Amino acid sequence: MKPLNGLRTHQVRDDFPVLRNNPHLVYLDSTATSLKPQCVIDKINEYYSHYSANIHRGIYELSDRASSEYERSRELVARYIHASYPEEIVFVRNTTEALNLLAYALGREILDKGDEVVSTIADHHSNFIPWQQLATEVGAVFKVIDVNEQGKLELGEPLLNGIVTKRTKILALPHISNVLGIRYPVKEIIAQAKKINPDIITIVDAAQSAPHTVIDVQDIGCDFLAFSGHKMLGPTGVGALYGTSKRLTQMSPFLFGGGMVEDVELSFSSFQPPPAKFEAGTPAIGEVIALRAAVEYLEQMDLKEVERHEKELATYATSQLMSEFGDTIHILGDICERFGIISFTFGDHHPHDIAQILSDNNVAVRAGHHCAIPLHKRYGIQSSCRASFYIYNTHADADALVAALHMVNKILG
Amino acid sequence: MSLYSEDILYHYHHPSHFGTLSHPTCSSDVKNSICGDSITMEIRLDGGVVADIAFSGHGCAISIAAASLLSEFAMNKSKVELMKIDSDRIMSLLGIEISAARLKCALLPLEALHKALEKV
Repeated sequence: MKPLNGLRTHQVRDDFPVLRNNPHLVYLDSTATSLKPQCVIDKINEYYSHYSANIHRGIYELSDRASSEYERSRELVARYIHASYPEEIVFVRNTTEALNLLAYALGREILDKGDEVVSTIADHHSNFIPWQQLATEVGAVFKVIDVNEQGKLELGEPLLNGIVTKRTKILALPHISNVLGIRYPVKEIIAQAKKINPDIITIVDAAQSAPHTVIDVQDIGCDFLAFSGHKMLGPTGVGALYGTSKRLTQMSPFLFGGGMVEDVELSFSSFQPPPAKFEAGTPAIGEVIALRAAVEYLEQMDLKEVERHEKELATYATSQLMSEFGDTIHILGDICERFGIISFTFGDHHPHDIAQILSDNNVAVRAGHHCAIPLHKRYGIQSSCRASFYIYNTHADADALVAALHMVNKILG
Repeated sequence: MSLYSEDILYHYHHPSHFGTLSHPTCSSDVKNSICGDSITMEIRLDGGVVADIAFSGHGCAISIAAASLLSEFAMNKSKVELMKIDSDRIMSLLGIEISAARLKCALLPLEALHKALEKV
């Protein structure tokens, strides 16, 4: 097989045991969760086999090693997203937990009745519902930025006019839509939002960007950014919340308990500085440590190549789908400029039936609302099928999708 | 075996009892939270027995076929009898093996039927 866009996909595929163990599998659901390379699995094994002690507790050597591996992960994750300091990374379970942490620990503290919280209709439920609920709870105004037919955000003219005001305390944005695969201009939006209101808290959901493109939090200029490990080749159960040192220091703890305390008296307690302040209880130690292996794997692969590979596959798949099925396939959002995510409806067929028949032909896609009900309603549909491409996918996988869709037509008529 | 047997596809493309009733005794709306599908079921009872039944809504082949087959089955059966039926009956009506992921689709019409009858 010839090299594809600099990514040696055949070699990459050898790194993923799931592909070896399921030789016929066409995995097109990496947007839900990615497959894991051997090095990540080995790293988890290493922790449990060689130094599975608790962290930041024991004086003995094993605990010391676990602690230093855990903190090394923090350093690498910080480097991966170009944070200024490792202490700006808080390990959490996933993006959802990171965003809820913000809604509880920060939102409830800063938001008053009549203030505004802004999110977008293109957000995943996890960057939408926490803000909607928070606004309802405190009597704030919940504003939702709309999208146009191409999936671009309707950001007003001039930018953010009538959307962000001096009363807007929180602006929550998606970096890349998990349905449309479109990247949003978060840097420009945040810069303008801060011009209108310098105190605004800006939050970026990077669950769909961290696995696929270079992230530079300082360049983006956000206050917070959240992502999950399991979508970027890492284990489930670990994600990261980036927050600027200033913001994290201002924030109150979210969970109380072990590992986050400085001193405890009978009537009051004082807490560690961040990030320990936000990491109460024993974390997912092995998973955090293994996340580092995933980060190293992606860094070594070069994220620019990853992005190019995915976009090229998405372009190829899109053109194949449209030339084979014409008007009977409807791809959501702008078909020209997207990462490796293609959500579509196909004829009158129900997405569950499509996904079922694709599954019978070894093609794994997602069917449903992809945790983005508002966006589906916006486009007048209840659900869609989503095929997503990552580093281990090939042109043959796109061809298999097309072939399996022909089977859908054959069976359902 | 494929879920899409001839029988299932026939009921999907030509569902029995698809529509609405003019004077239902009871009705219900149920939703499949996974895909947003919804089924409305309307029943007219006569002396505790189903005299007419109709369903409407949006669903996949499995849920539409199950609603069609269940509606046919429910005709002229008593409320008491229908409240007793469970997922096994739906499976035997469908005549196919359903994976765990699709169970909710297959059972949505039964949920609608029971929810409607409970109101009487």
